[in-house]
Amino acid sequence: MRKLLIWLPLALFLAFIGLFTSGLFQPDDRIIHSRLVGQPLPAFTLPAAASDRPPLASSQLAAGQPRLLNIFASWCVPCIAEAPQLEALKAAGAQIDAIAIRDARPDVDAFLKRNGNPYARIGLDARSEVQIALGSSGVPETFVIDGKGRIAYQHIGEIRADDVPMILDRLRAAQ
Amino acid sequence: MKLILLLFALIATPLAAQTALPPAPYADRQLADPALERKAKALMETIRCLTCQSQSIADSNASMAGDMRSQIRERIMAGEQPESIRAWLIARYGDWVSYEPTAAPILWPLWAAPLVLLGLGVLLLRGRIKRKARP
Repeated sequence: MRKLLIWLPLALFLAFIGLFTSGLFQPDDRIIHSRLVGQPLPAFTLPAAASDRPPLASSQLAAGQPRLLNIFASWCVPCIAEAPQLEALKAAGAQIDAIAIRDARPDVDAFLKRNGNPYARIGLDARSEVQIALGSSGVPETFVIDGKGRIAYQHIGEIRADDVPMILDRLRAAQ
Repeated sequence: MKLILLLFALIATPLAAQTALPPAPYADRQLADPALERKAKALMETIRCLTCQSQSIADSNASMAGDMRSQIRERIMAGEQPESIRAWLIARYGDWVSYEPTAAPILWPLWAAPLVLLGLGVLLLRGRIKRKARP
């Protein structure tokens, strides 16, 4: 017994080394996914964020057809990179609504004038309240909402060109 | 001269602040009731900031952390209990958002550790006392 105990510190040491090495080889995933995927969209009513688009309420996202809900902001740089992909999605038949986070109407207008406006409705979430209620942790993010107003999928970060077919598949699957 | 400089300072600040949205009303303002503010502060210190992941929202200057602080203060002011706000946030962001350990099975070793260490200590002590008693 005593002889075996002598090896205990070494065994513990090796166990820790093993733990740390396995940690080194695990991918570092710091993305915080919303726990609301698969659940109904929280209820909200937002004022209009742009001069030429109507405001957005959660009830309008439960209108029978799946839609995309894009979370963006005029101050967000990756949102500029995402704009062409949103145009491509719209051209492929996707209905896109949006929520502008911590924004002001003149800034949103200028952003849309510069980068295009693929949105049907845009709600203004000036204090990130709806963003937090959605379990979203940044901009841009895109939710696929099925026809019944349930969150079917959450895409975190900007939509890249090779994500477009996948998003369209998710929309079709949410039918 | 000083007066002119002061005047410039007064004019310059609003111009510079024009593009940035002002923080939410209770992001950096305490609640009037000290007891409620204490409750809100205790909760904020255990909620993790989402954009700067190793800080609590009480310590973070991120705009989203400010919005969360304001929302927490307003909800506490409206009479909501801190633990129900924590549960609401966990339902959205997972256990990850809270610094307070829960009773989830994965954390059982963490809760058991003090008992195990105490047990080991008692065993060690018993061995030593026995040896001393038998010279």
